[in-house]
Amino acid sequence: MRSLTDIVELSTQEIDEMIAVAQDIIANPEKYNECCRHKQLATLFYEPSTRTRLSFESAMLSLGGSVLGFSEANSSSAAKGESVADTIRTVGCFADIIAMRHPKEGSALVAAMNSTIPVINGGDGSHNHPTQTLTDLLTIKREMGHLDNLTIGCCGDLKFGRTVHSLISAMSRYEGVKFVLISPEELRVPEYVREEVLDRKGIEYLETDSLDQHIGDVDVLYMTRVQRERFFNEADYIRLKDSYILTPEKMEHAKKDMCVLHPLPRVNEISTAIDSDPRAAYFRQVRNGKFIRMALILKLLEVNV
Amino acid sequence: MIIGSIVDGIVIDHIPAGRGMELYRLLNLDALDCEVAVITNAESGKVDKKDILKVGQVIDLDLSVLGYISTKITVNYIENGHRVKKIHPELPETITNMIKCKNPRCITTIEQELPQVFKLADREHRTYRCLYCETKAGKSKQG
Repeated sequence: MRSLTDIVELSTQEIDEMIAVAQDIIANPEKYNECCRHKQLATLFYEPSTRTRLSFESAMLSLGGSVLGFSEANSSSAAKGESVADTIRTVGCFADIIAMRHPKEGSALVAAMNSTIPVINGGDGSHNHPTQTLTDLLTIKREMGHLDNLTIGCCGDLKFGRTVHSLISAMSRYEGVKFVLISPEELRVPEYVREEVLDRKGIEYLETDSLDQHIGDVDVLYMTRVQRERFFNEADYIRLKDSYILTPEKMEHAKKDMCVLHPLPRVNEISTAIDSDPRAAYFRQVRNGKFIRMALILKLLEVNV
Repeated sequence: MIIGSIVDGIVIDHIPAGRGMELYRLLNLDALDCEVAVITNAESGKVDKKDILKVGQVIDLDLSVLGYISTKITVNYIENGHRVKKIHPELPETITNMIKCKNPRCITTIEQELPQVFKLADREHRTYRCLYCETKAGKSKQG
């Protein structure tokens, strides 16, 4: 029995296999629509989410399974002080697989350590969000045709943006990948990402505060939201939230075959005028999220099609 | 000051000066009913000053605790007044309930029943990270 709490638990070969399954699901959805009949997915969401929870639920329903769960901590026994471990053990009596989001970092590992059924981390605070990364990888593969030899630009809140940390961990395992890390100094990637992923693997990267100067260098531009809930201080949030806004003028300097990704929801960091640009891949990315979660559920439930 | 030699027991030597009491607590030596001596600021040829623990019986020691405090510590097992074994503890792969995660967003801050586990992330720099949230532990003052 396997869980997924961190993208690095999956080898690149496993990721490539899941991407292949997701692409087969996209091409032949009818082949998969009864695969998880009589299986139940529990979605345990201790904090708000639209995309991730609905994506998991839609994925399971499209596999012929069913879903149960809660979408805020107040409607679960957590409000009565129940530990994550106890909730997980309880849910394991009803469901076949769990997707969990929790505001505290490391909560998914605690869940996985105490679970009798597979647990998928749907985001643990600002720590890991592996299914978003799988979504991102599937999107990059579909948009660019390959995952190696790419220059990935990450822009915005690189400190608290968990999707960026997971993306860097995952992409740094592919050959010839370089990073341009664009953020205000206060929101640069945490030192553990820099020291233990980039420096340790000898990955080429550049840290800069200028989106204008480097937009032309990147094959993939990964934009992130400056998240209000990650700040302790409202004044810091107000000061930094508008730092990096992608506009049609900036896109004129970008490569013609690049793509723009965003984990969504956006606030104003991508102008809506870009939505019609063929390089804007963020809504295709949302759609891909469902297919890669279908592939992941199949893998963790060990369903062979 | 003269502290008598022990006939049977353990001498934990070359403890960084000032950390003997911390080690005494971490090794739960207060739970023993044999003689235990904590010597602080002893003169040392190897380092300027050191602490020493003398335990009047052979007990199972958690070497990971010693290794985390300092890999320069020596553990001498004494039988009939003679040293029969000398151990240098290694830097442990994990340490449990020795230090607490300082990340206010870590799951351990709200679930206090969870063991505080740290894993060795970088042997060269002696960096430990919280098992759960991967936050770096404060540097152990290695002797």
